[in-house]
Amino acid sequence: MDTMSFIAIASIITAGFCMGIGAIGPSLAQGRAVQGALSSIAQQPDERNSLTRTLFVGLAMIESIAIYCFVISMILIFANPFWGVAIRKIGG
Amino acid sequence: MEIVGMDQISPDQVIFWTWGFVTINATLVYTWFVMAILVAGSWWITRRISRDLTIPRWQNFLEVVVSGIRGEIREIVPERADYYLPFIGTLFLFIALSNLLAVVPGYVAPTSSLMTTGALAICVFISVPLFGIVGHGVKHYIKEYFQPTFIFFPFHVMGEISRTLALMVRLFGNIMSHEKVIAILLAVTPLFFPVVMQALGLLIGLIQAYIFAILAMVYISSAAQAHDEQLHRSGGEKAH
Repeated sequence: MDTMSFIAIASIITAGFCMGIGAIGPSLAQGRAVQGALSSIAQQPDERNSLTRTLFVGLAMIESIAIYCFVISMILIFANPFWGVAIRKIGG
Repeated sequence: MEIVGMDQISPDQVIFWTWGFVTINATLVYTWFVMAILVAGSWWITRRISRDLTIPRWQNFLEVVVSGIRGEIREIVPERADYYLPFIGTLFLFIALSNLLAVVPGYVAPTSSLMTTGALAICVFISVPLFGIVGHGVKHYIKEYFQPTFIFFPFHVMGEISRTLALMVRLFGNIMSHEKVIAILLAVTPLFFPVVMQALGLLIGLIQAYIFAILAMVYISSAAQAHDEQLHRSGGEKAH
């Protein structure tokens, strides 16, 4: 197996693992956040506006972790920096 | 019509025109398109505004938008909403329009490029100390970095940089992932599902614009208001 196919296999498998494992934590956290916000709204419906705003900002904060994983797996697939090294090594 | 191909990650790689070191790529073109719509639209609407009982419908629309943004800012900074309105409102309108136009065929959201979101995040990164310094002076602002002791200086700096990075990658990741999902769905189930995902994309785009503006406002107000509380506290102690 040459270097190129080894890099391709490693980056594709790593991209899948990165997204799959990286989505577990944020999804659990988002579930907890929505649960807390919903029970707070049920207790105090008057505060719905500020609760919703804080919930959205907090969800965006939590979601950004999953987005980092997604961006890294996208970089591994679309813009892998190791391709250039491998191509240069093969070319000369 | 597909402008950004499946194997390209951002519209930076679609080059329309090049001359020497000047390169016009799709991101630039669509950014100019959004800017032109915003400028021409606001010029055309505010050309004939009236203060009568009956106002033109587009003036009504702009009033709803501006007063909505101002109301949201007032929830965070109750006393000086109009002072922050131009900056935050510009950020929100630009991001929201560039995300919402994604339903137009042949359009690629400039926010799906890391360069655009990086520029927007750098605007926030620079404006945070600017608003802090304008509000309270250089000495007070720099002193805030050494609270509670001087050991915390690198952590404050790292916090500023990492939240700018988070702001940048969050917007880019959401919009880019949405465009990629639609491209993949178009290849897999071309008939009905992409339309549903486009409708979801309108919601995501608007929420991301809202979150970007709200987070920028929170960062700026935390830089400008931490001093206020401190001043109040020390003033109160002196009064005792």
